[in-house]
Amino acid sequence: MSNVTEIRWHGRGGQGAKTAALLLADVAFATGKYVQGFPEYGPERMGAPITAYNRISDTQIRVHSNIYDPEYVVVVDESLLETVDVTAGLKEDGAILVNTQKPKEEIIPQLKGYQGNVYTIDAKKVSMEALGKYFPNTPLLAAIVKVAKIMDEEVFLKEMRSSFQHKFASKPEVIDGNMKALEMALKEVR
Amino acid sequence: MAVSDLRKLGVKAPWQDLTEGMTIAGAGTSKGFKTGEWSSVKPEFVEEKCKQCLLCTPVCPDSCIPVTDGKRGAFDYEHCKGCGICVKACPFGAITMEGVK
Amino acid sequence: MGKRERLSGNEAVAIALRQINPDVFPAFPITPSTEIPQYFASFVANGQVDTEFITVESEHSSMSAAIGASAAGARALTATSSCGMAYMWEELYIAASNRLPLALALVNRALSGPININCDHSDSMGARDAGWIQIYAENNQEAYDNMVQAFRISEHRDVRLPIMICQDGFITSHAVENIELLEDADVKNFVGEYEPENYLLNPECPMAVGPYSITDYYMEAKRNQAEAMKHVEKVVLDVAKEFAALSGRSYGLFEAYRLEDAERAVVIIGSAAGTTKDAIDRLREKGEKVGLLKIRLFRPFPAEAIAEALKNVKAVAIMDRAEGYTNHGGPLGADVMAALFRARSSAYAVNYVYGLGGRDVRVEDMEGVFETLKQILESGDAGETYRYLGVRE
Repeated sequence: MSNVTEIRWHGRGGQGAKTAALLLADVAFATGKYVQGFPEYGPERMGAPITAYNRISDTQIRVHSNIYDPEYVVVVDESLLETVDVTAGLKEDGAILVNTQKPKEEIIPQLKGYQGNVYTIDAKKVSMEALGKYFPNTPLLAAIVKVAKIMDEEVFLKEMRSSFQHKFASKPEVIDGNMKALEMALKEVR
Repeated sequence: MAVSDLRKLGVKAPWQDLTEGMTIAGAGTSKGFKTGEWSSVKPEFVEEKCKQCLLCTPVCPDSCIPVTDGKRGAFDYEHCKGCGICVKACPFGAITMEGVK
Repeated sequence: MGKRERLSGNEAVAIALRQINPDVFPAFPITPSTEIPQYFASFVANGQVDTEFITVESEHSSMSAAIGASAAGARALTATSSCGMAYMWEELYIAASNRLPLALALVNRALSGPININCDHSDSMGARDAGWIQIYAENNQEAYDNMVQAFRISEHRDVRLPIMICQDGFITSHAVENIELLEDADVKNFVGEYEPENYLLNPECPMAVGPYSITDYYMEAKRNQAEAMKHVEKVVLDVAKEFAALSGRSYGLFEAYRLEDAERAVVIIGSAAGTTKDAIDRLREKGEKVGLLKIRLFRPFPAEAIAEALKNVKAVAIMDRAEGYTNHGGPLGADVMAALFRARSSAYAVNYVYGLGGRDVRVEDMEGVFETLKQILESGDAGETYRYLGVRE
C-alpha cells in the first residue's frame, strides 16, 4: 500500500484530463510499473467538471475505489479552483500543480490554506508555442511527471517519443511539436 | 448429425427423453404427426369446376394438396386442419367448406 | 508466452474477441459497453477478423440476431449493459431454452431509474433466473481470461447454454490497468472450432428450433434444461484447469482469499473484491482473522462448495450490489444464506446492499464491515440482517 503514488486530476469535459491520466498510466507502465488510470464521470458534458485518477505502484494494484487522499493533484482548468475543493484530502507532503498564467503567489490564496508544495505551469503558453494550438494535457503530463518524480526525465522523453511515433504514425509532422511541448513544460513548471 | 427419434417424443415422454432445447432434427418429421384430427370442418374438392390452375397448392400451410403430373389430386385429410385458405385462393369455386365434416 | 499490456476492461474483452474471431457479432451501443463493439468494428474494418459484424437497431435485435446466428450453426455473441440487457429480456430466455451456446459480454450498469450510467449489478442480477451461465470478474485481467474461457464452457456438449461474461461498468471497463495477454495462436487453439451437432444451415438434416411446447411438454422441457446447468460446475473447473496450464492463472468457482483460518468473512462479487483484499491485508497485519470469498460463477450457484468454504467462519457479511426489494436483502444474500442453512451453518450472516449506481466503495468501508462482524460476534446478536453500506442517513 505504502509504495503507491496516487494522483487526482481535475478538469472540464473536453480538456483531456482523462486522456492525460491514461497517458500517464501508459508512460509509467512503460517503465515497468503497475498502473491504474480511470475517469469518474459526472454529467458527461463539455465543460462540466470531471475527475480522473492515477495509481502508480511497484506491486499489483487491487483497490478499485476513487482516490480521496492523493499525494498529487493536477488542476487542468484554474476556474475549477472557485467551484471544486481540489485540495480535499491532498497530503501536505505532496503537491498541487495548477495550469495557470498567473504567478504562484496569486494561486496559493485560492487553495484553502493548503500547506504543501504548489507548482504552476502556463500550459497555454507552452502549447501555443510548441503546437500552435491549445492542448493542455501534453504540457501537464510532463509537468506532473517532474513534480511527482515519476521517472527520470530522459527516460520519460524517450518513452513519449516512442509512444507518439506509434500514436501519430499517420501524421508524423505533429511528433516534434508534441516533443517540444514536453521539453518546454519540464523547464516551465515552477 | 443426429435425427431426432420421434417415437420417444410423445406426450408421455419423461424429461430425460426430450431433445436438447426441444429442437427436432430430420426431414419430414411432421408427416407422422396427424394434425388432420384437429379440424371441425374440411374443404371439399369439386373436381368438375377445377381448371387445374394450381393456385391452391402453394397456399396450403400443411402441404395437403398433392400434385401429380401437373394436376392436383385429393386432399390429404390426415394433415389438413381445415383452415380454408385454399377456398379463398380458388378463383373457380372448386373448393368449398360445405359438406365434409 | 504472455504479453504484458495495459488496457481497459473493454479493450481487453475486445482483444479476447479478436483472438476468438467469432462468426457473428450483432451489436447495438450502450454506455459503458459501447467500446467493446467499437474496438471490434475496427478489427473488422482492418481485416483482423472475418466476423460478420451486424449493426442492428436495438438490443432486442442484437440478441435476436445472435440467437438466429447461433441456431444457424455460428459462434455468435453480443455485448450490452443495463437497459440494453433489459430490452433483451425475452430473448435471454429463448437463447437459454433453445440451448444456444452464445455469449454476452455484459458490462454491469445500474438499471433505470433513476437513470444512471454507473456500476451496479442490477442488470445481470435481474437476469439471474433466465437460464444463462453468469461469470463475474474482479478486474480487466479476469474479464479477459473469462472471455477466453467462455465458449469452451458454453459450447461443451454436456452444457450447451448461453454464457454471460460480466465486468463492472467504468470501474473495470474504463480503467486502464496492467494485464497479461495470451498469444493469438494460443487463444485460437484453446478455443477451437465450434462444431454443433445440429444446426439450421445444415442441408443434410433440416431441423425445427423453438417449437411450441404445450403444457404436456413445458415442464419436462424446463427440467431437461435445468439438468444441463448441473454439468456447468465441472466444466467450468475443467476449462479453468486447461486455461491455467496455458496461462499460469488459476480460476475456480470462486476465489477464497485468506479464508482458511478466517473467523469473519465477506462474500462479494466484482471489482470491490480487490478493495476488500486490501482491507483484509490491513486487518491481518493487526492479527485479525478475516477473509474473503469472491464469487466467480454465480449461475449456476455453487452452493455446496461455498458453504464448505465458509464452514469455519463465525460471521459472514454478504455484499449485494443490487437491491432485491424483498425487505430482507439482495439476491446474493438469499443464495448464500440458503446455502449456509442447508449446510446447517451456525454462522451469523448479514446482508449488505452497497455500491448502487456507482457509489464508491473504499478500503475503509470494507474495514468497517469487518468491524461490524466483530461487534456481532462479541454481542452474540446479528441485529438487523438487511443493511445498507455507504448510504447517507
